Formats: sequence, C-alpha cells, structure tokens
Amino acid sequence: MGILYVMWLRQLKRYWRSKPRMVGMLGLPLLFLVALGFGFGPIYQKAGGGDYIQFLAPGVTAMTILFAAMFSGIEVIWDRQFGFLKETLVAPVSRLQIMLGRTLGGATVAVIQGIIVLAISMLVGFRISDLILLPLALFFMFLIALLFTALGTAIASMLEDMQAFPLIMNFIIMPLFFLSGALFPLVGLPDAIMVIALFNPLSYGVDALHAMLGGISTFGIWIDFIVLGALTLAVFAAGSYLFEKIEI
Amino acid sequence: MKRAGQKAAISVESLFRKFGNFTAVDGISFEVSSGEIFAFLGPNGAGKTTTIKMLTTLLHPTRGKMMVNGFDPVHEKDAARHSFGIVFQDPSLDDELTAQENMEFHGVLYGIPNVLRRERISYLLDLVELSERKNSLVRTFSGGMKRRLEIARGLLHHPKILFLDEPTLGLDPQTRNKIWEYVKSLNKKEGMTIFFTTHYMDEAEKVADRIAIIDNGKIVAQGTAGELKKTTKSKSLEESFLKLTGHHIREENSSPKDRMRLDRRLWRR
Repeated sequence: MGILYVMWLRQLKRYWRSKPRMVGMLGLPLLFLVALGFGFGPIYQKAGGGDYIQFLAPGVTAMTILFAAMFSGIEVIWDRQFGFLKETLVAPVSRLQIMLGRTLGGATVAVIQGIIVLAISMLVGFRISDLILLPLALFFMFLIALLFTALGTAIASMLEDMQAFPLIMNFIIMPLFFLSGALFPLVGLPDAIMVIALFNPLSYGVDALHAMLGGISTFGIWIDFIVLGALTLAVFAAGSYLFEKIEI
Repeated sequence: MKRAGQKAAISVESLFRKFGNFTAVDGISFEVSSGEIFAFLGPNGAGKTTTIKMLTTLLHPTRGKMMVNGFDPVHEKDAARHSFGIVFQDPSLDDELTAQENMEFHGVLYGIPNVLRRERISYLLDLVELSERKNSLVRTFSGGMKRRLEIARGLLHHPKILFLDEPTLGLDPQTRNKIWEYVKSLNKKEGMTIFFTTHYMDEAEKVADRIAIIDNGKIVAQGTAGELKKTTKSKSLEESFLKLTGHHIREENSSPKDRMRLDRRLWRR
C-alpha cells in the first residue's frame, strides 16, 4: 500500500462515514437546480435561450464540485485542530506526497458529489447531448475538482482555525460560483462582469462542462483545458509550498 | 555523562525559540547518548513541548543547533523524521477512523511491510488492551483509551529515538506500569533512545538514566536522579525538582501559540 493510496483512502472513508455531510452538501446545488431551473425556466425560454435546465445543469454540477473540493481542501484546518495533521507532518514522508494524496482523495469525493448532482439533474429533465463525450466530461470534472481542492488546501495551510471560514465562503467560493457563467451565459454581459468572469478559473470549468454535456462552448475546450491545467499546476505548486511551511 | 564509545542520539546547542516577544526556549544545550532513557522535566510552560516540536521538525528554531540521529531537523527533515517516533502531548488521532485503521495508516506512512505491520498492530493493541475495540471508531473512545492507542501507534515503527511528551498523563497505574515496562524492554532489546517528559517524578526517577530540568526556557540542572538529589541535598527527586524550580504554581493560561494568535488573528504570515 502506497502513501498516496492511504491518504486517498482516508478521505474516501471519511466521506463515506459522514452521511449527513454528504447529503448536506447536495442541498444547495439541488436548491439552485430546482428553484432557478424551474423558476427562471419560462423567462429564459421566452428570451430565446431554450431550455434553462439544459443550460443550468452543467453549471450546478461545476458548483457542486467547487464546493465539495474547496471543503475537502479546507479540511486541513480541522486536521490541525483535532491534531491529526501532526501525525502526518512528522511522518518520514515528503509533504508533497501527503498533499498529493489528500488532494486526489478530496478531488475524488468532489467528483462523486458532482456525478450525483448530474444524475439528479437528469431526473429533472437534463439531457446529455452526446454520451460519447461523457468520459471527457468526467475528466474535466476531475480537473476542476483537483484545482479547487488544491486551492482549498493552499488557503487552509495559511490559516490557524475555522474563524476565517465565512471569509472564504463569502469572498472566494460564492463569487467564484456566481460569476462563472454557471447561472447565465457569458455573452452580451456588461464589460466589468465579463472581465471578472474571464479571470475566474471556474468559468473555464463551467464552459468545458457545457461543451461536454450540452454541446455549447464559449471559449473552446482547448482553451478550457489549457487554463484549467496550467492553473491546477500553479495552485498545486503554491499549495505544496505553503503546506511544506506549516508549523504546529 | 556521555557513555564511552557511544555517539549522541540527540545534541542541542544554544537553542532559542521566540514567539513574538516571548522567549519559550532560551538558549538550552544538552546531549542524549544513544540508547539512553532521558527525562526532560519542568513545570508547565517551561518550554518542554516547544523543544520537542523543534527536535521533531514541527517548529523552526529562532536560532541554535540541533542534531537528531546525526541529522539536522531543520535542513534534513525527511532523514530526521525517519529516525524518530513521537507520542504527542495532545491528541493526534483521526476520530473518524477505527483504532485498527489509525494503526494501519501509521504503519503505511512509516513503510512497515504488511506482515510485520499486522503482527505488531495486533501485539500492540493487545498490550494496551484495545483489541476488542479495534474496529470501533476512535470518536467513541474515552480519553484514556485514546491515549493508549496513541502510545501503541508511536511504538509501531520501532524508531531509533522515541519522543514521549507526557505519555502517561491521565492513565491509571496499571496502564502506566505496563507502558513503561514495554518502553524499557524496547530500550534494552532494540537500543532505542527514549526522550520523555512527565510530571510524575517517581516515573522519571524509576525509568530515566539521566534527567534535565528546564524552567522558564533554561536548563537549570542535569544529571542522574542520584546526582540531582545530591546537589540539591534532597531525599526525593520531587523535592529537588521543587527546590530547583520553586514552589509557586505556573500560570499557563495560554500557550505561546495562543499569544501569537491574539496578535495575528487570522493570517499566519
């Protein structure tokens, strides 16, 4: 058994054993899917946008992954408070491996949550445009999950306790979601909003999922792939530097 | 008191650690020979845990030199980490995993081969009498049970140096005796160097080859229990400890880290 594997397995076991957390994390995406999907559906259709659920489902899937991934990353703070972090930090294992294992585990959990939401959105009427692209959609889901788990870990490495959590929620997670093109198409927007959306990494994740699941893309999937891939590497490098510097 | 022909397992030279304006460790120097059982005693807040954290790579010293098993914990972290095991003062178990899983996890991190790992885990869980609960989540354990599990875990990889930070705190005499017996046998059989802190003076007197007493971040005395008693003209180690460190009770309302937290509420850097 390798180190990456046990770190990964630990994240999955914790996920599997905390059913309330698992279900709780699905609440918000489903609320968005149902309330916005059905609430704005008629207006969206009248405006000529077509079926809103068809547009919304990939975005809400990306949102689910964003939330689950960031929370997995931020779990480092819990580990610090409950002491388990020390156990991993004094082990004769490079911190890079620890961070990599954690991130892979957290990302896997986030992708599972994303798949659950995607499946539920199909129950309420979403249709995947081309099933052949599904493996690629899963690949992009995993890439989004990796990026934001690493980001969560990087942020958590700089924090001592959960006090900053509302800050992260309101100033990082929520803006990333709302300004990503998950809820509205990134066309014909005021310049300011468009610029923010272009600097938002999640925009490229949402766009990739739109491309893979709904067959429409604003940026093109190569751009999506390059931006997400490069950012994941950069954030992971920054995260492992910060994780390396943790002192207890 | 270095034994002839034996190299130092731990050597510390004018080690300092400051937290803001507070000096937790104030220029201490000492040496622990390989194969020795060394007790590090001191009142609350004296700097024991801070010293252990620096020796075990968890904290950077402000300045000073350290060697652990021939490695520098600051610049050769991984090599140093390979060579020691530690039982922390405060909990470091994963509550959401079972006792067995916590042990397995540790075993894998320390690269213990499968067969040996399983053997040792079942032996150690037996030793601390947790075999029957090995598949229960640690969350459901009492404080004493968690402590026993942590000790079993710290012993799992038979390190060259074992750091024990108040290992027997809150344990009943039965368990304490059993744990010290096992630690002593590891020391004898495998030549494991033991570095421990405790507030039980009888424990230190019984177990330790040599003792250092630290107070306010400075080492105020070191030697064998006999030597300490002789120089302070005391009948027991407890008496000499009190003579050396005074009778007043230490205020430890916040750890150095908490004090720092007040300064920098959210961000570490």
